[in-house]
Amino acid sequence: MKLVIERREITSALIRFSTPIASIGIALFVAGFLLLASGVSPLAAYKEIIIEALGSIYGLSETLVKTTPLIFTGLGVSLAFRMQIWNIGAEGQLYVGAMGATWVALFSGIQNHWVMMTAMFFAAFFCGGLWAGVAGFLRARWRVNEVIVTLLMNYIAILWVDYLIYGPWKDPKGFNFPLTAQFSDTARLAEYFDTRMHSGFFLALFCALVLYLFIERTVWGYEIKVIGSNQKAAQYAGMNTGMAIFFVLFLSGAIAGVAGFSEVAGLQHRLQHGLSPGYGYTAIIIAWLAKRSAIGVVIVSFLMGVLLVGGDSLQLLWQLPVAFVYAFQGLILFFLLASDFFIIYRVKLIRGSINV
Amino acid sequence: MTDILQIENIRKTFPGVIALDDVSFSVARGEIHTLLGENGAGKSTLMNVLTGLYHPDRGQIRMAGEKIHFTSPRDSLACGIGMVHQHFMLVPAHSVFENILLALDNVPNFYSRKTYKEKIQKLIDEFNLDLDLNTPVWKLSIGAQQWIELIKLLMRDCQLLILDEPTAVLTPQETERLFNVLRKLKKQEKSIIFISHKMREVMEISDRVTILKKGRSLATLARGDFDESKLASLMIGKDKVPQWQKALQMSDEIVLDIQGLSVRNERGLSDLDDFNLELKKGEILGIAGVAGNGQKALAEVLTGLKNASHGRIMAGQKDITKSNARYSYIAGIAHIPEDRKAIGIAPDMSIDENLIMKSFKSGSFRSWIFQNKKAIRRNAEEKIEQFAIKTGPDGTPVRYLSGGNIQKVIIARELSEQPAVLVALYPTRGLDIGSAGYVHKVIADGADRGMSTILIAEDLDELLKLSDRIAVMFRGKLIGYVNPRKTTREEIGLMMSGETPGDAA
Repeated sequence: MKLVIERREITSALIRFSTPIASIGIALFVAGFLLLASGVSPLAAYKEIIIEALGSIYGLSETLVKTTPLIFTGLGVSLAFRMQIWNIGAEGQLYVGAMGATWVALFSGIQNHWVMMTAMFFAAFFCGGLWAGVAGFLRARWRVNEVIVTLLMNYIAILWVDYLIYGPWKDPKGFNFPLTAQFSDTARLAEYFDTRMHSGFFLALFCALVLYLFIERTVWGYEIKVIGSNQKAAQYAGMNTGMAIFFVLFLSGAIAGVAGFSEVAGLQHRLQHGLSPGYGYTAIIIAWLAKRSAIGVVIVSFLMGVLLVGGDSLQLLWQLPVAFVYAFQGLILFFLLASDFFIIYRVKLIRGSINV
Repeated sequence: MTDILQIENIRKTFPGVIALDDVSFSVARGEIHTLLGENGAGKSTLMNVLTGLYHPDRGQIRMAGEKIHFTSPRDSLACGIGMVHQHFMLVPAHSVFENILLALDNVPNFYSRKTYKEKIQKLIDEFNLDLDLNTPVWKLSIGAQQWIELIKLLMRDCQLLILDEPTAVLTPQETERLFNVLRKLKKQEKSIIFISHKMREVMEISDRVTILKKGRSLATLARGDFDESKLASLMIGKDKVPQWQKALQMSDEIVLDIQGLSVRNERGLSDLDDFNLELKKGEILGIAGVAGNGQKALAEVLTGLKNASHGRIMAGQKDITKSNARYSYIAGIAHIPEDRKAIGIAPDMSIDENLIMKSFKSGSFRSWIFQNKKAIRRNAEEKIEQFAIKTGPDGTPVRYLSGGNIQKVIIARELSEQPAVLVALYPTRGLDIGSAGYVHKVIADGADRGMSTILIAEDLDELLKLSDRIAVMFRGKLIGYVNPRKTTREEIGLMMSGETPGDAA
């Protein structure tokens, strides 16, 4: 008897779509033991998560509030993944995006709401884009690994924002807390139903649609797909791959930067310490789970939003640490990566006697 | 004659494919037995079964009368079956001696260098091989490296040697020497399975020939019972080889003029060294040379993947040496790359998408920034019909196509824009005779329309048949031109090993 591992010639659609769901299921199962170890019944906890996040208008609105930045960052990361470029820096790009938007909100003096919104949007867009564009340029020009560059630039971005809010941008009337002054109403996105939900969510959906059309329908999307599938072939076909790498990383960072705009303009109305609880990192998991499709990003972001909101209530109800939510996210990614093995290979048992 | 190897009713299936279906043949002691078959006929699968890499689903293998089961290549070696693969398994930085030692089992920890060296040297002398044990392998020619692979097997006392297309990388002269060694081995009662698709060699060396077709052993013929046309017709069967006629082209207009071109590779060595070449309008210029003498670098410079360190490339009156100037010109050069899967296609994308890879920006395939999916689909339907591409359902990723069909996709794409220049690198390598004939026809038809072709190939017969002129390369230099209608194989062979011809055509 012998175990043989073979490469699959064709992976069926059934396997491709069932594995992400199965890996979430297994992650739920394993996380159950973590809950048991903390003395909480897993079933009760999962029920609590669902009820908290989806059971009321308030819960649902909170879920959408968390979903919004996840969609932006998830879209950014998945766009780069499409070209086999790994943008691990959505977190930092979100921060610089927020910084750019805040600068416009506080110092531009624009009075018109729409002009203000547009200016903040583009400030965030270009700040995030240029931030990721550094990695894109280094990668395209000298083949510097973009994983390292985008990852390390996260720390720079977060510390830079900290510098601003502890220093030059600190609100003089803020009792020395590390935050900027509140934005005026001109610089705020519309809110709905007396909840914290804001129009950033619709902007995110719109972005997903545009990105979907961009990838699936446009000439540039085609170019990105060819480069992602085989960079050498793309070069042979006369495509300028260096330019495309820079452009895609720029766009990827720009979209993540818009998440920063949506957070400061829609939710927090100021730049402050701990702006994002790690949306940019969760985005990596989202992009993997979504299999790089823009529509998938929206769905998975929503699921992650449920988890975040539900996780908050676990903290309140049972004093579980917030780390539980991250452990759970980590488990999902872990089983997802492991399941890729079964997507690509098949394990077979072979009966065979030994020689001569 | 007694049989050393008997293969009986071997069957091997892969998911969805019957690779071998009821294959039987036997090899006698002291026999050179040729396996002949198109690509996809099951030769490689059969060899993988024999060397223990695959398990047959059914059937028996007997070695010297005894039934055997292999579970790994180790078992097969232990039985005395050895194989020289197409890609050599050598450590380039190590010496010949070290490489051979590496292949031996049971070398004691404290071995005597001297006895081992003497043993190996004895073999070298016996077969008259020109090999120094202390030379590092990277300094040796491909032919000499092949000797090492052979000696490895002889040192292990293998009784059955399998040679997988051993002559593909050799000059005619080196091939002749290899054949002499094989004949000597035969006298020592060793058995050889010889795999080749070059008819001339098969005729020269084989005692018996077994023809494989579509996974079945069609027939085994003894010497005297076969001739070239009989073998070919058995091999191809009813498949049609496209017929073509080519008018001799001799325009004096030079479309591409390469002057003193030098190209360095990653290790700083010169792939092309002061290389000159003139390509005339409408001609098929064959490039002959042993693989690895700069052909690849030539194609890469012409298609924009590499930059020249010295020299000029002139397209008519225009200097296109610098890559920026070249980009626009390259769009007009069609290219059939050597490694189809690695650089010719985007494997995860559909045929439709692969067919427009060079022309996706042109107006016919887009409206404003959006792709025109209908036009792209229509284009694919046309090309699939015109080039007889066999495909799966719509949208199937190209990597699931067979090698021949992938090649057709590439050719269809490259030639669809009516290019002025085609650079084709080993365009028929790995194709069955039908597909290869088709490729020849397409190139010849292109020449009739005025397309100039640089045809780099390893099969001299192919070059002689197709080319208007043949340029011979050696170590990155142009040795000379010959006229394929006046030259001899021997003359080209000498030039391929670096000798300048007395009278160049």
